[in-house]
Parts: sequence; C-alpha cells; structure tokens
Amino acid sequence: MAIDLHKYANPKRFLAITGAIYPWSVGVTVILLAVGLYMSLFVAPPDYQQGDTVRIMYVHVPAAWMGLSIYTMMAISSAIGLIWKHPVADLTAKAAAPIGACFTFLALVTGSLWGQPMWGTYWVWDARLTSMLILLFLYLGYMALWESFDDQGKAAKATSILALVGVINIPIIKFSVDWWNTLHQPASVATMSGPKIHSSILIPLLVMGLAYMSFFVMVLIIRVKAEILQRRLRILRMSELKEH
Amino acid sequence: MTRKRRRLYFVLAGMAILGVAAALVLTSFQDSLVFFRSPSDLAEKPIPVGRNFRLGGLVEDGSVEKDGVIYQFRVTDLVETVPVTFKGLLPDLFREGQGVVAEGHFNDKGVFIASNVLAKHDENYMPPEVAESLKKAGQWMPEAKN
Repeated sequence: MAIDLHKYANPKRFLAITGAIYPWSVGVTVILLAVGLYMSLFVAPPDYQQGDTVRIMYVHVPAAWMGLSIYTMMAISSAIGLIWKHPVADLTAKAAAPIGACFTFLALVTGSLWGQPMWGTYWVWDARLTSMLILLFLYLGYMALWESFDDQGKAAKATSILALVGVINIPIIKFSVDWWNTLHQPASVATMSGPKIHSSILIPLLVMGLAYMSFFVMVLIIRVKAEILQRRLRILRMSELKEH
Repeated sequence: MTRKRRRLYFVLAGMAILGVAAALVLTSFQDSLVFFRSPSDLAEKPIPVGRNFRLGGLVEDGSVEKDGVIYQFRVTDLVETVPVTFKGLLPDLFREGQGVVAEGHFNDKGVFIASNVLAKHDENYMPPEVAESLKKAGQWMPEAKN
C-alpha cells in the first residue's frame, strides 16, 4: 500500500505547486504578449530585404521553437513515466501534446504565408518544411494513440514509446538546414557564432518567445490539473462500483 | 539490478539503436534529401539533358538580362556558373547577388530552362539603415554560399 500512497502524494503536491504558479503565469503571459506584439508590430524596424513582411517572423519563429521544445519535453516526461512510473509525468506529456500540435500548426501556417511573398511559393518539400510537417503528424498520432486505449496504463506505455521514437525527428528538424541544402534559410538565433539578427529585431523576437513559453506554462497547468482530476474521478467511480 | 534500472537501460539502448538507424538512413538518402543542386555539384555529377531538377545558387552580379518577360541570368556558387533562361514572373526578392532556386532542365546547349524560380533569403535580419552603413563601411558580407 505504501506505493499507492506515494503515487497519490505526488499529484497532490503537483497541484499545490502549480496552483501557486498559475496566477503568475496568467499575468506574465498577458504582459509579455502585449509588450511583445507592440514591439513586433510598431517598434521593430522593417528588414533591409524583406521590409514589413519580416514581422511574420515574430509569430512564426517562436511557434516553431515551442513546437520543437514541447515535443522534447513530452519525450523526457514520457521517459520518466516509462522508467520510474511517475503518474504525473505521463499526464504532463498527454496534456502538452495538443498545445505542441497547435504551435506546430501555427508555425507551418505562418511559414507558408511568409513563403509566398518572399520565396514565391506557399510550400516546398525541402528537408526543413517536410520534417516540420512530420512533427505535426507525430503530435496527432500521439494524441490519437492515447484515445485508442481504454486502459490508461497501457495507453501511457504505448504513447511514451511513440514519443521517444519520434524525438529522433527533433535534431533532424533543427539541423536539416545545415545537413542538407534547403529553401529555408539556416538558423538565425541559435547558431555557433551567435545571433545573426540585429538587436532591434532580435529583442522583440525573444520577448515573443518568452510570451509563448509563459502561455504554454499557463495552459499546461490547466490541462494537467484537468487530467489529474479526471483520473481521480475515474478511481472514485471504480471504487464506488466495487462497494455496491 | 532493480526493475527501474533495467527499464532505464532498455530505454537508453533503444534510443541509441534508433539514433544509429536514423543516421544510417539519412546518410544513405543524402542525395535525395537535398533540395537543390549547386553549379559545382553539376560539374561533378552532370545531369542529362531534359531531366528535371532544381538548381540553386546566387544570381551572378551583372548577369541579368531582361527581354519582355524572358529573363536570362547566370546562377553561380562562386566556383562554377550555369546560364539560365526563364519566362514568367520572378519573386520580389529576385535580384543580382540574391540566392535563388530554379526548377527546370538543361537544353542541349547547356542552358538551364527554368519553369519556376524561387527566391532564397539568408539568415541575416537587420534594419535598412544598418545594412546601408555596413555597406558604406565596407563590412558588408554578401550572402554566404549555401
């Protein structure tokens, strides 16, 4: 019985901690998003080549960052869930997936809208764009796999394996622009030789990145809480059924 | 060995094998994963006349000639160059010194007949004033070979 108690204690502690963080995350998201959007749309200068079209970057690039990092986080959570059977880890990965899928979708759509005026095409099958589309399919497949099991324990195991197998795509996306020639330009921010973006364009971009991150934390807390409560409800129902 | 330990090793070993497998697959498909071929690639491995592929490089300075809607220019990677003709509308970013990717094929005179031209931009972003002052100071780095 000791193990059961341990399992119960963790979600409780998790709820207490995240409950305290949540109001802050809401405030930080609202402020950063307001400041970030204002800087991106009104303060930041146009680009020397792309003019005002470059402003799509402030929505596009942080969305792509989030798509990649949320998947990485899910893979780590899944590994923890798989190896140490930590129940909150499984639920966190599950709760994060739709958020990551939305960010990835946003990155793909804004990228496409950016590609048309700059490159002259909405879509090409180059290594960067294709691997990013595969990331969206991985998210969708992961979510579908969760739904296809009745047994939550089995679902957690199967989806964890999918998340871990799929994580191989993350370095491929990141380095696709270096390993192969692509239509998409190489990295501008996270490069060995430092950012290749002028500070007047970089700072609004980083503020938007932080805003997206804070938004993610906010939504993740809500979603994990809902998952934990749902699981409790299921356990309560089961024990009621047993009593009667 | 505890069960947790064993599961940890299983996951690590699985990930390592997966990584190696992915690396092998990607290296063996190297040729089909590239989006375009540079003029140097073509000098090394010529592509038969009439076969469609994508050619990528920089529009050589001073090479663009316009005759109505027919454009003639040379694509270079600063080592080799390829003459290109294109009939149609070019993207806004198309200019001399700019990266382009052209889809099309060679005719029997060794001229690349492009059916579509895409502009490629580099990873540098800056306000126009900064670009201007960099040019004035002689610090301007033209788009790197890519």
